[in-house]
Amino acid sequence: MSEYRIKGETGEWEVVIGLEVHAQVVSNAKLFSGAATAFGAEPNTQVSLVDAAMPGMLPVPNKECIRQAVRTGLALDAVINRWSRFDRKNYFYADLPQGYQISQLYHPLVGPGEVEILLDDKDENSVKQIGIERIHVEQDAGKLMHDQHPTMSYVDLNRSGVALMEIVSRPDMRSPAEAGAYLRKLRSILRYVGSCDGNMEEGSMRADVNVSVRKPGDEFGTRTETKNVNSVRFVMAVIEHEARRQIELIEEGGKVAQETRLYDPDKNATRSLRSKEDAHDYRYFPDPDLLPLELTEDFIADCKASLPELPDDKRKRYEGVGVTPYNASVLTAEVETARWFDALLEAGAEPKQGANWVVAELFGALNRRSETLATTGISPQEAAELLKLVADGTLSGTLGKQVFEIMLETGDAPSKIVEERGLKQTSDTGAIDAEIDKILAANADKVAEYKSGKVQLFGFFVGQVMKAMAGKANPGVVNERLRAKLD
Amino acid sequence: MSELTTKTIAELRDGIGAGDFSAREVAEAYNAAVVAGRSLNAYTVETPELALAAAEAADKARAAGELKPLSGVPLGIKDLFATEGVDSTSGSNILKGFKPTYESTVSGKLKAAGAGMLGKLNMDEFAMGSSNETSAYGPVISPWKRNDGGNAALTPGGSSGGSAAAVSAGLAAGVTGTDTGGSIRQPAAFTGICGIKPTYGRCSRWGIVAFASSLDQAGPMAKTVRDCAILLEAMTGFDPKDATSLDLPVPNWEAGLSSDLKGKKVGIPIEYRIDGVPSEIDALWDKGVEWLRDAGAEPVKISLPYTKYALPTYYIIAPAEASSNLARYDGVRYGLREAPEGGNLDAMYAATRAAGFGAEVRRRIMIGTYVLSAGFYDAYFTKAQKVRTLIKRDFRDAFAECDFILTPTAPSAAFGLQEKMSDPLAMYLNDVFAVPASLAGLPAMSVPGGLDGQGLPLGLHLIGKELDEQGVLNAALAIEERAGFTARPQRWW
Repeated sequence: MSEYRIKGETGEWEVVIGLEVHAQVVSNAKLFSGAATAFGAEPNTQVSLVDAAMPGMLPVPNKECIRQAVRTGLALDAVINRWSRFDRKNYFYADLPQGYQISQLYHPLVGPGEVEILLDDKDENSVKQIGIERIHVEQDAGKLMHDQHPTMSYVDLNRSGVALMEIVSRPDMRSPAEAGAYLRKLRSILRYVGSCDGNMEEGSMRADVNVSVRKPGDEFGTRTETKNVNSVRFVMAVIEHEARRQIELIEEGGKVAQETRLYDPDKNATRSLRSKEDAHDYRYFPDPDLLPLELTEDFIADCKASLPELPDDKRKRYEGVGVTPYNASVLTAEVETARWFDALLEAGAEPKQGANWVVAELFGALNRRSETLATTGISPQEAAELLKLVADGTLSGTLGKQVFEIMLETGDAPSKIVEERGLKQTSDTGAIDAEIDKILAANADKVAEYKSGKVQLFGFFVGQVMKAMAGKANPGVVNERLRAKLD
Repeated sequence: MSELTTKTIAELRDGIGAGDFSAREVAEAYNAAVVAGRSLNAYTVETPELALAAAEAADKARAAGELKPLSGVPLGIKDLFATEGVDSTSGSNILKGFKPTYESTVSGKLKAAGAGMLGKLNMDEFAMGSSNETSAYGPVISPWKRNDGGNAALTPGGSSGGSAAAVSAGLAAGVTGTDTGGSIRQPAAFTGICGIKPTYGRCSRWGIVAFASSLDQAGPMAKTVRDCAILLEAMTGFDPKDATSLDLPVPNWEAGLSSDLKGKKVGIPIEYRIDGVPSEIDALWDKGVEWLRDAGAEPVKISLPYTKYALPTYYIIAPAEASSNLARYDGVRYGLREAPEGGNLDAMYAATRAAGFGAEVRRRIMIGTYVLSAGFYDAYFTKAQKVRTLIKRDFRDAFAECDFILTPTAPSAAFGLQEKMSDPLAMYLNDVFAVPASLAGLPAMSVPGGLDGQGLPLGLHLIGKELDEQGVLNAALAIEERAGFTARPQRWW
């Protein structure tokens, strides 16, 4: 991939991008209370006394949330801080019952790590490491609803206190595509680990996008931060838009203000939310209700042991058994796909053919039928059976495709389809010889032409035989018997 | 005044157990005393029906042979504790009318031990004050008067002023208090009763309205050292709902009481001789040393050099935490709401908090906000945290040379209402001896030592090693036995 540069009036500009990803931790309970965390529940039904900040209520850390964040850190090859601490971030807002958010400013749970991205899916050498600066754990706020009453806003505290991981990257990305690849890769890892469902539409993963521009080789420029962007596409759009806005501003003699901005997807534009001067003074200080978090080596070892095989390792393993790099990368991008493919291998499918079939045939069919692996009735075991029937010659390639189509329609097992519809390929030389004799007799003129040297007619005879036998003849046997009779 | 209301908790417990009187008689006597004592303004809410219900349960339990440790003992609960279905307002207008749906762990434990609740006790607003004058319900009047023939109304101290007045006037057999920087010990000293603040983490803070989370500790106040031990046993214990709660078994402090201090060393901090402290207090302190020597302890001089920074350190850390803890009183979910016509959310916050908080609470929120602000944080808050660590180290070093420490509880006897309200610094100085133990999280107790020339009680203050409540109680018991403090306020109310 060539370097991404934006052409301005004064020459080429480089974009510098850093992302702060807020990922909602998968857990049945909130970070500091026992309240449930179901998405889409009736307003204010998932709220404990702690979440509503009733007088005298105290936070108690939920071990599962800490475990998930540590597992995530381990999956990103990050430093796990044995000693971390929660701080209060103080500000007033109606969706923040305590008047402060419990977060981690000074001593985060997870330190530096990295995420490997592929700049080009088809080129396994196009890797780039994106640095992770830190991951800290914090509470989410509630939600205000402005459309319920003409003069008042309503507050829904269901989300109040839900655990978030804030995953802060280094300013290592240089193009919208890199940012997109980073986000997709991060989401993939989180889903593998099971620490975040990655559903950006439901808000369980969202990004603050830091963008600055500079002439290549110069110092970093002043950055802006666009808050709460909730899709990969929007993140890429924000970067493009914001970079161009900053370049125009600088080239017109202006200065980029360090500020917080908001993205409006309808207008595809960002607008200023508040400048540095108006920035809140959050008065961070260590939360005196909570003791420092001290992790034991045993706890960390348990977290490590609980990690599944991660996408990069899986990709390398697939490549090691003959899967092409491209297929390996496609098959490992989403954990559901990888799990499906693993089950296919488990059921005895040959890796290279299996991968080709999944990526070309299965994905093609699912796409065409607007289905997914989750919704299709084809199990990896049945798919393996189908592949085996083709590989051992029971089904020809053509028959294999027919059986596959029937499987998609009916959800039946391939053996059942072959049995019921008599689709089994035949290698019965008696039956094949009989058909060959009929074809040759009916086409005596073509046989004469063939014998006088027009050897390209061989294919015609094969086709006629196959057609007469409704595709069920073993093509190898047909070839062999035809040659015996003609040559 | 009924005979019953002069009895100690131990006497009530034993008398009910032996059938000398019924729990119902005790509850009725106290309910009557509470009504008769209304002019002291000690209670913000009276709950005679709860006291009676607990008494009936106690009498039934006795009949069934199932008495609990506090069966039939009527207690007052400081208003800082959330009590289910009963107004819990922390002495503040901003929580007027707030009835929790939950019970604080500590008050719940007392009830589970069989105690009855007489009512909620007045206090300085959000426990911020040393004279009970910042309460939205008005000041508590001490039952004590000077012997100068004047009739000046005195403070019972604060912030647990209602608690102290109630015990001293016989309006409760025992009470809960909370102590952030002396709020149990100073009022106990001012009213001639005992009060102990245990090691930080012994009492769960769950359900106690937070003032300064790293300092707040609940504790009992009662007539005697033994009563404090009995109540403390019922109040403490691990609570998974408080992350700072200590996961340790509760010692049997009452059974461990012993005033034999042979082999113990009592530390006398040289820095605690402070200019301006009345000579009577220094003299009582010397007497206290002699009493402890008489009980077998050897006095040793110790040094706590960072003590002089304790008060300024406290008045940075406590307001800082308070400024954040009190942010939740915003008019959105409960309590007072003032929403000016046409105003936005910020206007609602400002109006609600201006109307709901009193002057002292507003002052501390502003101090706390200031010391946490960008540009000042390191100079104030970080520095204060460092000094706090040094103060803890002072105590650690001192306890290498002694088993407990003796000081006066407060630098003066009770003062008159209004005398110090216009001078916050003079008011803050009241806690000069109490605050260091709070910053270090150590157990500390006030025990009456005698009366001053004006006939007002003075207290002696014992500070113990971490988790050594027993050592503190035993030293206090030795003083109690030798001081022979039997004075009670003349009833004028």
